[in-house]
This record gives sequence, structure tokens and C-alpha cells, in this order.
Amino acid sequence: MLDLLLVHPVSANDWISFDIPSLIQNFWSATFDGLTFGAIYGLIAVGYTLVYGVLNLINFAHSEVFIVGAYAVVLVLSALGFGPSVPTLPLSSIILDLVLALIIAMLASAATAFVLERVAYRPLRKRNAPRLVFLITAIGASFAIQYTIFLVRGANAEPAVTMFQAQPVFDVFGTIINSQQIIIVIAAVILMILTDQFIRRTRVGRGIRAVAQDPDTATLMGVNKERIIIITFIVGGILAGAAALFYVMLVPSGVQYNGGFVLGVKAFAAAVLGGIGNVRGALLGGLLLGIIGNYGQILLGDSQWTDVVAFVILVLVLLVKPTGILGTSLGRSRA
Amino acid sequence: MSMSEGPKVLPGAETEKETIDVEARPKRSSGLFQPLVDKWNALPRPIQWLWLIIVVVIAYLLPILDIPILTTQPGNDWALACFSMASYALIAVGLNVVVGYAGLLDLGYVAFFAVGSYTAALLTSPDSPFAHIPYLWTIPVAMAVTMFFGVVLGVPTLRLRGDYLAIVTLGFGEIVRILATIIPALKGQVGFQNVGRPPGTAADGTPLFANSNGTPWYWLTLTIIIIVLLLVGNLERSRVGRAWIAIREDEDAAEIMGVPTFRYKVWAFAIGASVGGLSGALFAGQVGFVNNQKFDVQTSILFLAAVVLGGAGNKVGALLGGVIVAYIPLRFTAIANYKYLIFGIALVLIMIFRSKGLLPARQRLLAYGRTAYQRVISKPGTVTPPTPPEAEKGAAS
Repeated sequence: MLDLLLVHPVSANDWISFDIPSLIQNFWSATFDGLTFGAIYGLIAVGYTLVYGVLNLINFAHSEVFIVGAYAVVLVLSALGFGPSVPTLPLSSIILDLVLALIIAMLASAATAFVLERVAYRPLRKRNAPRLVFLITAIGASFAIQYTIFLVRGANAEPAVTMFQAQPVFDVFGTIINSQQIIIVIAAVILMILTDQFIRRTRVGRGIRAVAQDPDTATLMGVNKERIIIITFIVGGILAGAAALFYVMLVPSGVQYNGGFVLGVKAFAAAVLGGIGNVRGALLGGLLLGIIGNYGQILLGDSQWTDVVAFVILVLVLLVKPTGILGTSLGRSRA
Repeated sequence: MSMSEGPKVLPGAETEKETIDVEARPKRSSGLFQPLVDKWNALPRPIQWLWLIIVVVIAYLLPILDIPILTTQPGNDWALACFSMASYALIAVGLNVVVGYAGLLDLGYVAFFAVGSYTAALLTSPDSPFAHIPYLWTIPVAMAVTMFFGVVLGVPTLRLRGDYLAIVTLGFGEIVRILATIIPALKGQVGFQNVGRPPGTAADGTPLFANSNGTPWYWLTLTIIIIVLLLVGNLERSRVGRAWIAIREDEDAAEIMGVPTFRYKVWAFAIGASVGGLSGALFAGQVGFVNNQKFDVQTSILFLAAVVLGGAGNKVGALLGGVIVAYIPLRFTAIANYKYLIFGIALVLIMIFRSKGLLPARQRLLAYGRTAYQRVISKPGTVTPPTPPEAEKGAAS
């Protein structure tokens, strides 16, 4: 379609702009917004990266693991009395409610990931099915979960749940950074460090690395491969649940049955950008993708360009450096 | 390469499993309709021809016959339902080239369908500022344009491992939809009215290919399906088809044996894309209206479900799968809202329990045709000569 446009210039040309002044003017706010969204991408990306590292499988249904978490957050908070307006509860009870929502979201997402692995992937692994079969199952499972949610909750988006009023905290280069952004980025980074340390330092983490490196040798060395795989899915699910809480914090309205899909593709792009199979790469890729997507959106003049930019980055990375910025191997990361 | 991918079995265990597999294969790979297929293969050639002609005639008469049990009538117009089934079948045959033959997972097939639709709309609708050409000419143009898009998308991604293609095509499907919304020349939700139609008027002066009249559109699509099936059948039995199957079975081995895998993968992708564009152009003509609402990811997955359900790698299976996927929601309107759920679950269940679909593709001696195959198959000890149905159909072409 683009080539047709180039041949026949069209009068209405404002669909794409190269608004550099606007980018310079909004540079820092775009950066901080991008970092916030990027932290969420990063958390989701870990789920893709871990499963890819261990099983060599793009788990398409991971976006649904995330959206189940988002539904859990919205439903729990609605039940606790949160709504579209800013809650008037004391701070301590808000924090308590949010922690409760976080735990339930993590449990819901982890449970979804667990069921997914047991019901969909495990039978295939037992049969030693070819890769194409795994991928088709993954996309089918993603679809099935999406439309199960559709069946239960309908096509409409859930009502908004505002968690708290974002307070300006401090001022950087004339741009105000608010409390939401700080909470999300710091919490995401802490979770990622914990995950990274879990994989690098614990016994189970060593098992994950061993299975990623060579499943057969790992089995010979006494690693329970099935257990490691299920743990990998659960860790990805827990982080997706956390990402769900932060996502709803940032975008209180519009949680919808098919809302995970685009986010999933972006998170996967982040994982590839940072180096798939690499937990630190997932965070780095997420943050970079968040920032670049925001710049692209301001530069090109429509919020929908973020998705296009993320996709183009994915293709470019695959084309130029398919191993990503930090390299691909989960197995090769050192303790 | 394949050694470093995925869960592996110990060397000893692998050989053991292999022998079991070889023994189990005749039973395991047989489809639901295996007795029927065997019976078909036992028939002499002229009788098979006769049956084929009868089937084709019945297929052409389908919208007129309107068989009471099969009809979608009170809920949906039967002739339009026939057209819908035919276009899904055509799409499934096209996607089958990519997924079934070459083993490349394309999750954004609807994007090619969309490109074909928009090409037809841009070149015929009075709403478009571009030069207008007769509708029938848009079909080859749409095929060429989508093929171009297929190559552009395929060249960067097909060099990589197969999984990446899946996510890139998934993203591409979404991007095409977004671009159709953002770019003003593509008119977003407003879309293009009065897309062209083939020439011809009925006795009462109304156009023969009216939007509400499914029958002529169905006949046109059916004719195109037959042509595409003949072409794809010939490709399948040619060097190209053998290369595709070699790539699907083991890409590294194929590369080592001297198959230029990348080139053939691009070919499969481009040919599949052009069939998608073709069906998109037909769809645009029949509906007469194109906007950005029809081309979502769900539709792509439905197309994939059609191929997988019918049997990836078997063009008759894909045809059947396309017909089923289109027919069920139209016939059983009560469950039409749950079609995505049903086909999503169906995808998982098929993959777990019957990964070859209803009509499984069969490993066979592609190079030597029917006679040699029969001779090898009818070695002492073999009971039935299980040649798949399309081998005959193809040989007949």
C-alpha cells in the first residue's frame, strides 16, 4: 500500500509527520513515559524469554497469561471498592489492597501458565512433536483462553479502576516525574533483579540454566526436567501478574479480552531486542522499546505508531543482529 | 542445528523410537476417512474420473440445489454461504502452500487477504483517486502486489529460524490493519464503496455479479479454485514441491543435500501470499465494500484452523477444512458467536490428538508418480495400496 502512495502522492499528507521540534520539546517526558511502559514490557518479556530459553518455543499464549492477571487486578480492586474516581481511602489501606491485588494477579497468571503447560504443551513434549505443532498449539491455546474470557466477561472493556492519584515527585530537566512512574520502574527493576538472581544463584535456577543448555545432559545429572519447565512457566506467570498490576495502574480503563495481544507482540519484540533467552536482556529490551516507541509516536504524530515502530524494530533486529543486544543464551549466563 | 534445538531424546532412545515409529506408521498416519481413501484408490482410473466429474458437477450445482439438511437458509442466504465456503477453501489452499508444504507458520495471512482486497478497491472503487481498471484485471494485479509484499516480508525473516516468522507475520497482520486506519488514502473505517464487479447483466438488466447474488460469485470462485488446485498440484509434484517437503521435514538435511532452502521458502511464502491476495480481491468484489474492520488477527487464526483441521500438507484436506470452518458458524447460527473459542480449542485438540488433521498428508514417492508408487506399495505383504486422493487428481491434470 505504501508503494502505491509513493507513486501517486495524495493531497492529505498529514497522516505522517516528522515533527522534530515536538520531539525535542517533549523529549524528557517521552523518555520517562517510555521507561515506565518499557518496564512493563520487560516484565512480560521475561515470560517469553524464559520459556524460549528452556523450550525453544514462542509461547504465544503468554499474552493471555498477562491478560488473565489484568482481569484479576480489575476484579479484585472493583470488589474492594475501587472505581473510576480516585479512591478516598487512607494510604495504608490502599497499599494493603494493592498488595492483595498483586498477589492474586500473580497467582491467577501463574495458575494460567501452569494449566497451559500441563494441558497444551506437556502432551506434545511427551510425543516429541515437531516444532510447528508446538507453535500451532501455542496460538490455539492463546485463542482458546482469549475467547474463554470473552465468554465469561463479554466483549466490553472492564470499568476503570483508579488506584491512586499520581503525585508529582521531582523535576528533571523541566519534566515532572510522578509517583506512579517511580513505583512502576523501581518495582519492575527489583522484580527483575530478583528473577535474575534466582536464576543465577539458586539451585533451581541452576537447573533452569542446565536444561536451557542441554536438556539431556541435565537429566543425566539428576535435574528433573519436567519440574524445571513447570517452574519456568510459573516464574513467567508471576512476573506477568506483576506486569498486569502495573499496567492497570498506568492505564486504569480498557482491560479487554483481546487486550493482551498487541502487548504480547511488543514484549516479544523487547525480548528479541535484548537477546532472547536472556533475563537482563528482557529488561533492557523492554526499556529501550518503550522509549523508542514513544519517540516514534511523537515524531510520527499518532499513538498507533508505537505498535508499528515496535514491529519495525523487531524486523530490523532480526535482520541485523538476531541475537539481540546482550546475546541469546539463557544457558550460558554465568552464576 | 536441529541438535541444539528443543528437547532431545538420548541417542539410544531415539533409534529405538524410530523403529517403533516405522512399524506404527501405516496405522498412525491414517485419517478418519482412510477406508474411503483406500476404496477410492482401488477404483480403476476411468471410474475415478467419472466420480471426479460428478463431484465437480455437484459442486457447481450446490447453490441451486439447496439441500434441505445442509442449507443455512433461514439464518444465512445459501448462495452467499456457498461463496463464503468457497473463499475460505481458496484461502486454505493458499495457506496450505505455506504451512502445509513448506512448514512455515504464517499467522498474518489475513494481511495478504487485506492487501488483495485493498488493491481491488483502490483500482475500481469510485471513492479512490487512482486510475480505474476493469475488475477482472485487478485479480492478477492483486496477486502481483501481494506477492511483492510476501517477498518483502519474507526476505528478512525467512533467513531465520521458523519461529520468528510466526511472530513477524503475526505482527505484520496487525500492522496492515493499523496502517489501513492511519493512512488517510486508505480511508480507515469509512472504506471504499462500490468496488467493481465482473461485466455481464442478467435478463432483467441488473448486474449478473450483484453483491446480493452469491451464485455467480460462487461459480467464479469455484472455477478459480479448480485452476489453483491444478497449478498447486503441479507445483507439488515438481522439483519445487519436493524441495518444500524436504524443507518441511528437515531444513538442515535439505540444505546439505543441495536444496537452496531460502529461495524455496521465499517462493512458498510468495505463492501463498498471492493466493491470499487473489481471494482478497474476490472478497472485495463480492461484498462491494472494503474498510479496515474485516482484517483482524482472529481471521488469520481461523484460516490457520482451516488448514490444520483439514490436514496440513494435503490440498484436498485444506479445501475440506476451509469449507468446514466457513460452514459451521453459518449453519449453526446458535454457536456462531463462539466460533473463535471452538476453533481455538479445536486447534489445541487436533495438535494433541491428531496432528495430521482429517485428511493427513502422506509421505510418498513424489517423483515417480502413481505407477511406480503402486509397484513399490504392492510388494508382497502389503494389503492395500494407500495412495492419497490428490495423487490421482494431480496425475489426471
